[in-house]
Amino acid sequence: MATTTTKAPPGAAATPATPGWARWVDHHRKWLFAAPAMTFVAALLIFPLAWTGYLSLTDAEGSVRAESEFIGLRNYLDVLTDVERFWPAVGRTATFTVVALLFEVVLGMAIALLLWRPFKGERWVRVAVLLPLVATPVAVGMMWRLIFDPNIGLANQALGWVGIGPQPWLAGQHTALPTTIFIDVWQWTPMVVLILLAGLTSLSEEPQEAARIDGASTWQRFRHVTLPLLMPTLTVAILLRGIDALKTFDILYATKGRGGGSFHEVETLNVYAYGLSFDYNEYGVSSTVLILFFLIIIGAMWALTTRRKEAQR
Amino acid sequence: MSLSACGGGGDGGGEGGSTTVRVTLANHVWTDNIKKALPEFEKQSGLKVEVTQLGEDQLSDQYNVKLNAGSSDIDVMMYRPLQEGKLFAKNKYLADLSDQVKANANWDFADFQAGPTEATTYEGKPVGVPIITEQEVLYYRKDLLEKAGLDAAPKTLDELKAAAAKIKAADPGVAGFVARTGKSTAVTQFSSFLYSFGGDFVDGGGKSAVASDAAKQAYAFYGGLIKDSGPANVSTDMGWPEAMAIFTQGKAAFYTEANSLYKNATDPAKSKVSDQVGFAPFPAGPAGSKPYNIPSWALGVNASSENTANAWKFIEWATGKDQTLAQQKSGVPGARTSVWANPEGTSTFPKDLADAIAASTKTGVGHDRPLVVKVAESREIVGQPIVDAITGKDAAASADAANTAFQKFLDDEAR
Repeated sequence: MATTTTKAPPGAAATPATPGWARWVDHHRKWLFAAPAMTFVAALLIFPLAWTGYLSLTDAEGSVRAESEFIGLRNYLDVLTDVERFWPAVGRTATFTVVALLFEVVLGMAIALLLWRPFKGERWVRVAVLLPLVATPVAVGMMWRLIFDPNIGLANQALGWVGIGPQPWLAGQHTALPTTIFIDVWQWTPMVVLILLAGLTSLSEEPQEAARIDGASTWQRFRHVTLPLLMPTLTVAILLRGIDALKTFDILYATKGRGGGSFHEVETLNVYAYGLSFDYNEYGVSSTVLILFFLIIIGAMWALTTRRKEAQR
Repeated sequence: MSLSACGGGGDGGGEGGSTTVRVTLANHVWTDNIKKALPEFEKQSGLKVEVTQLGEDQLSDQYNVKLNAGSSDIDVMMYRPLQEGKLFAKNKYLADLSDQVKANANWDFADFQAGPTEATTYEGKPVGVPIITEQEVLYYRKDLLEKAGLDAAPKTLDELKAAAAKIKAADPGVAGFVARTGKSTAVTQFSSFLYSFGGDFVDGGGKSAVASDAAKQAYAFYGGLIKDSGPANVSTDMGWPEAMAIFTQGKAAFYTEANSLYKNATDPAKSKVSDQVGFAPFPAGPAGSKPYNIPSWALGVNASSENTANAWKFIEWATGKDQTLAQQKSGVPGARTSVWANPEGTSTFPKDLADAIAASTKTGVGHDRPLVVKVAESREIVGQPIVDAITGKDAAASADAANTAFQKFLDDEAR
């Protein structure tokens, strides 16, 4: 505004006839160009987040348009002392994420190493490996639900052929979570393969060759040459997949429905928050769970990135 | 199509409204029928109807999101009076229809059964029109009964238990009995057992009654029946699609379920045993045969709609005598007394089913779940002893725990 007219920036002062608004535009270029994107982010990210944060401090229920009272941190106190639904859900979220991630990274690494070197029919194998990735999770959930049906499903029939009795799979109180982890691993290992394969292909051949000449075994070459060089890519894969696994909803909802089953056996934080808003209409408590969940994700992300920086040093 | 696109703005508000009526409906035989009949309505009214069709849960979510935001892009909404009616009315999502229901004597609001219209009334004002009614009946397999040497369907719950055990013992591959097992979804079908044992979810004084002797017996009976005579490897997540699948695959002899779903069992395209399905009134317990008799779906007008006049025109047509008769002839039980009195109204029902329905409407109870605002939450509480009984845990202890939780829930809601 007026303040900018007092002194023209050096170099830009060539044409004194430039009108005031043009100079103003010129001066604030970086803000103006960024404004649409920043408005977009504010509208779609910051506002909902701030609104959720506000709701979490109220007793909103039934309808968000209904009158609600500001109750400070009472929801947080209630949720953090809730040992029946909240903490078990935290535990399940952690179990689901850690176990699924572990299998996905180990399997993903193994498959990526197998696909790394060119071989005959490579293209077909790659397509086949990546297929689960392109299937929609709800369809995947429905498919596995049929396969794992305890009475008419294929899984128990197959077990029968090798003489093992039927298993409850998704229907069992204690087998449901491992079964959903299996489905997640089946669907998302290909993504880890994809990322690691990209990382492997970009590695230069020289260190490998040098190690080979020095007489390093295959395992030694992997452990001391490939793995350290691949570390940045691996961290990215873990980071992306880990955040995604924490937030898993579709597979759990498609296989076990609302509330994660009659005993909440696959109820993760995401499923719990969904139930709180859409089944119970407890918008205040639900927002509290979501904010806490958000903090957990940020914490996990922070831990992983600092770990990555240390590894790079 | 053409007119709806330019909605949104401030134009066309109030009575005149758009000539496009936006109707949100659930997946149901009723919906399939109404969609087929739509051209007739569009021709006689000059209006255009846009139908959005969703599964029950997705429909609920859709309403929660859109109505919470005060959206006006839904005019007519199909909803579940006992599941969401109180909540929606309390949140003022449903328009008051007091004037509309009186406007047309030919349409005749008094023709609707009293029980169902009570469920679509909030604080003395009608906020919906019931379209589908439901009673719980006993589905059974005629051939399996014959094979087991039984000449008639069980009349009491004790007879049902004995017959189911006998059939399962004769062929372990076929369950004697199947029913819903999911904590929340089983509650409605369990309710008839509860009433027939002499219990209810809430007693006359508004207190939780799920730990009464009658309730404990009912929980133990329902859970025990599924545990002992149900399918092997029984899941505790079964809703009607799963339970119905077991029955229609020929894997169960008895099945207690809402009559409105009977076409799934008798339609040869959907059922392997369509020619062997029989129906009987809900078996009597110590307190007699007391199935629920409820309006499962109703039509209401979105209070934020800018097209209420045309929305009502659609409802008036869809719930009129002609449409109700047509619906009932295709197997959807309605709520109009005149249609039930009309022999044509029951002509297409299997004879035994029509008899079972007639019996149910006499002794039926007007609710199949706790009558509260937060129904979903209450169902999870009172449903816990069902799954505990199915999985072989102590049903009485579980009922005591549920009772404490349910009483707290009722106290919270009363505040």
